[in-house]
Amino acid sequence: MEWLTMYMPIAGIHIFWPGLVLIGFSVGTIGGFFGMGGAWMVTPGLNILGFPMAFAIGTDMAHIAGKSMISTFRHSKFGNVDYKLGLIMVLGTMLGIEVGAQLVMYLEKLGSVESVVRYAYVVLLALIATLVFYDYYKATQNKKAGDVGEHGAEGITWYKTLQKLNLPPMIHFKTSGFTCSLWLPMGISFLTGILAGFLGIGGGLIRMPALVYLIGCPTHVAVGTDLFEVMISGLYGAFTYSLKGRIEIIAVLVMLTGAAIGAQIGTIATKYAKGYGIRIAFGIAVLCCMLSIILKQFGYKDMAAVLILGTIGIICLYIIKIMAVGAFEELRDKKAANA
Amino acid sequence: MKKWKKLTLAIVIIGILLPGIALAGGDKATELVVVADTRVLNDPGYYTAFMKYMANAYNTDILVFAIWCTVVTALYGAFLGFLMDFLLARTGLDLTSRKILEH
Repeated sequence: MEWLTMYMPIAGIHIFWPGLVLIGFSVGTIGGFFGMGGAWMVTPGLNILGFPMAFAIGTDMAHIAGKSMISTFRHSKFGNVDYKLGLIMVLGTMLGIEVGAQLVMYLEKLGSVESVVRYAYVVLLALIATLVFYDYYKATQNKKAGDVGEHGAEGITWYKTLQKLNLPPMIHFKTSGFTCSLWLPMGISFLTGILAGFLGIGGGLIRMPALVYLIGCPTHVAVGTDLFEVMISGLYGAFTYSLKGRIEIIAVLVMLTGAAIGAQIGTIATKYAKGYGIRIAFGIAVLCCMLSIILKQFGYKDMAAVLILGTIGIICLYIIKIMAVGAFEELRDKKAANA
Repeated sequence: MKKWKKLTLAIVIIGILLPGIALAGGDKATELVVVADTRVLNDPGYYTAFMKYMANAYNTDILVFAIWCTVVTALYGAFLGFLMDFLLARTGLDLTSRKILEH
């Protein structure tokens, strides 16, 4: 069975390479469907395979960059990437992350920053999950009441109020289909950036709901645009972590091979999923991420890893099912139309 | 001219602030001294020239290693993106349009 292991020349260890392909595949599928990097999913997986922690984060970062590139490519073909909005948000996010990082440094001087950050993360994830589920409940109620808009029933529509902000320059985002003040996406990405910088995360978990609920992107465009942002930050992350000697490039390439297939499945599945299907699955993922952090906080690291990997498996199967059923029906309809 | 000035300013700001966004992806990186053991990479039947080159670059010039890591990741990502696009185009699925339906 020696052929199932692969030597990693930088880390100096033998790794079960099908495990790397599987991690890449799973994160590619989920990331392509939700529009996030998914670092919180990769690290426990790499740990279980025996990957040294010193290399896990950098390897993860480079893999996310490549994977987001593949997903962005596919989303772009569907018209799901709003490049103008993405570039504006990259700028706001970067400024925000700097402020968030400075805030952490300030808190470090005061002491006990780690527990503050961890609790803040849990509270934020709980809020996001509550928001997603409440939104779904409200949308269902509106649908029953017959209040259905152009793209179907909607629950929370805070973005409608925020888009009315008449502060020049006003910009039209053709792909997203709305006009708003430049300061709206800039300000919101700045705020989500502060949170991401403060919490020490990539930010996909926060940006995706912010794009939907506060800026007013259709869910599909929010997914594609967020991945575009992750791609830019991920590539820089790959460079900076490589400079610190924290990347095992062979593992990155092996994971990317799995991610290439997963990213296609996840991205194509968005074509057959309703926006709320994506939002609900996202809410469940956020909830499991929150529970795993709570478990880690109380010292149950193994249980946290099991929870994360279990969630990944179930969500992956759900996405594969959506893609398979949708593709099968599309091909069947085409065949019937040609007959 | 004004446009170019604004563009230059934007690039400078991005260059200064980009490390923050990247570092926020995980724990703060600290200096790490690891040496890749290239002695075990001498079996040409099992280890590729690429693996040996990267391991040597890691030991001798970390900047070259970092540039290669970024370039290889981007190129491989792009290659896989095009390859998968080529293969999926043959499945008969419409991969250029989709309906936006929220609920």
